[in-house]
Amino acid sequence: MTLLSSWGRLGTHMHRIVGLTDPARVAPLIGAGQGPGLARGMGRSYGDACLNPEGTLWLTEGLDRFVSFDEQSGRLVCNAGVLLRDIQQLSVPRGWILPVTPGTQMVTVGGAIANDVHGKNHHLLGTFGDHVLRLKLIRTDGEVIECSPTQRPEWFAATVGGLGLTGVIVEAEIQLRRVAGPWLDTEIVPYANLEEFFHLADATEADWEHSVSWVDCITGDGGRGLFMRANPAPAQACPEPRRRQLTVPVVPPFSLVNKLSVLPFNTAYYRLKKWKAGRSLAHYEPFLYPLDNLHEWNRLYGPKGFFQYQSVVPREVGREAVQSMLREVARHGEGSFLAVLKTFSERPAVGMLSFPRAGVTLTLDLPNKGERTSALLGRLDALVQEAGGRLYPAKDARMPRTLFESGYPRLNEFLKYRDPNISSGLSRRLMGS
Amino acid sequence: MSSTKKIVIVGATSAIAEHCARLWVQREAAEMVLVGRDAARLASVSADLKVRSPQSSFRFLCTDFLDSTAIQATVDAVGAAGAPDIVLIAHGALPDQGECQESLAACRDALMLNGVSPALFAEAFAEAMHKVGRGTIVLIGSVAGDRGRKSNYVYGSAKGMVSRYAQGLQHRFAGSSVKVVLLKPGPTDTPMTAHLKTQGAKLASVESVAAQIVAAIERGRPVAYVPGKWRLIMQIIRHLPAFVFNKLNI
Repeated sequence: MTLLSSWGRLGTHMHRIVGLTDPARVAPLIGAGQGPGLARGMGRSYGDACLNPEGTLWLTEGLDRFVSFDEQSGRLVCNAGVLLRDIQQLSVPRGWILPVTPGTQMVTVGGAIANDVHGKNHHLLGTFGDHVLRLKLIRTDGEVIECSPTQRPEWFAATVGGLGLTGVIVEAEIQLRRVAGPWLDTEIVPYANLEEFFHLADATEADWEHSVSWVDCITGDGGRGLFMRANPAPAQACPEPRRRQLTVPVVPPFSLVNKLSVLPFNTAYYRLKKWKAGRSLAHYEPFLYPLDNLHEWNRLYGPKGFFQYQSVVPREVGREAVQSMLREVARHGEGSFLAVLKTFSERPAVGMLSFPRAGVTLTLDLPNKGERTSALLGRLDALVQEAGGRLYPAKDARMPRTLFESGYPRLNEFLKYRDPNISSGLSRRLMGS
Repeated sequence: MSSTKKIVIVGATSAIAEHCARLWVQREAAEMVLVGRDAARLASVSADLKVRSPQSSFRFLCTDFLDSTAIQATVDAVGAAGAPDIVLIAHGALPDQGECQESLAACRDALMLNGVSPALFAEAFAEAMHKVGRGTIVLIGSVAGDRGRKSNYVYGSAKGMVSRYAQGLQHRFAGSSVKVVLLKPGPTDTPMTAHLKTQGAKLASVESVAAQIVAAIERGRPVAYVPGKWRLIMQIIRHLPAFVFNKLNI
């Protein structure tokens, strides 16, 4: 038995570990049946979607082989444990890029599908699942299910965003996107309040591929922030930047993200970026994955870990709801360094449990201060529920079941596709088994 | 050298070997021969490498690691296409010490696979390299081979044999253009050690171990510990007097 936690480091739990390395040998290993298991990739889910306390975890990091790549069509076939980073490093020099990636590329293909992750270009390109042409799922009873948007589409819709609960994804075919090179034309536009944010978001959607904004949620309730947007740039002659990798070496005895640090940090960050506002050329890595060069940054939140809280609320009520949430966070006084605001487009979701829906999404990182934090999150839940919104299961460790059920109307349809011998901390908490 | 490098990897489906192969082909196109026991797994390793390096060429050969005739035939088949520049001999399996103590057959298999078989491959390739007067033979030993200890002396003694064999080859080829490199990895996070991880041991990542191995081969150091800290640790363990060592539960 091994102690493992998730990215939020909220607690460690005993797990039986089984390493998967060969797609052909997955079926006997997951069928061996010592109670329910769960596939786990890089463990970047913040809450309990990647945990199966007291149960088995099938680690997929060893399923890390490419199968084929057609440089003419941009179709890539690979095992589910391949990292998005490895795909980018392979394909970008050959003129292809993953159409959709989340804020870190240190996740597996299987994890990206199971959480139907989105990125800064959701308004144009949707979620990761929108670009999966086909996937191969192995059930614990040995059944192999090949599915795609047209072949057994119900299995595809259940598995994309299905939190790993429909079977073990072992292989996927992904459609990559043409790209001239690794460079992006970026622009930073400071904004003073949420009204300006929504104006900027609307003005940006048509002409910019990537958009995201950092919002300062500690100074009053103004909602000032920095709007960052980018488009792929033509090929450049300049050399690629050197990667400087740092690691947070230890878990500090208390959260370094706290009342004393967040105010000066947020102010400095805002002023510095405001000063550097305007256009510039950036490599895709620091723009899309700003924290990937700071390994184990989750340790900064100290031994009690942190909550990431990501909600999406419909656009009609978006402004009021976001304003109220930011006000709650400001009143709470602990602040959040990472507060990200982004609009999602009307695009219908691929998966039954996919998180993105039309509206505005707010992401907050909050150090775990026990009761105080729970109370704040409870107040945020009420605002999300009232607005008719939902929370992102990949980030969640504690949402009430009622909020999950109201946020995901296709839940009952999804449950029919669950594998009875797969279970996670999250599924037991929110689906009863 | 102008032509593409010819690299042979014995035990190509081992995690460390596979990661070394990835690093090599990412750096420059190579002519690679992958030797292993399981054709399906060799095919998937080879397909993966081909995606990573379409300019490289890959061939895989299945053989019996315990049969000296098969080993010689494999080495001859490899050599027919030209003498290799680098041969990485990486196969092995971590046996269960308790099982080896209970079953002589298990003990023999572990000694053969981890000790005798790599030595036979090395000997056969050494002869081929001796003829052309150049090449590098890389053997994967282990920190476990530096001093026998109760928890895994069967594996340790086989790896100790690999060390001594490499030492002998180094002596034989001293002053020539044939190089022999012995690598001694510490516990590494691979399928072979999955059960150690379950016991909560701290293991080095296979990516970083492979990167250090490739660098050590490039530098042509006769013996390299990976990660480097194991040189110091093993120096201490080797020099502990028996009355202290025998009290340790390792």
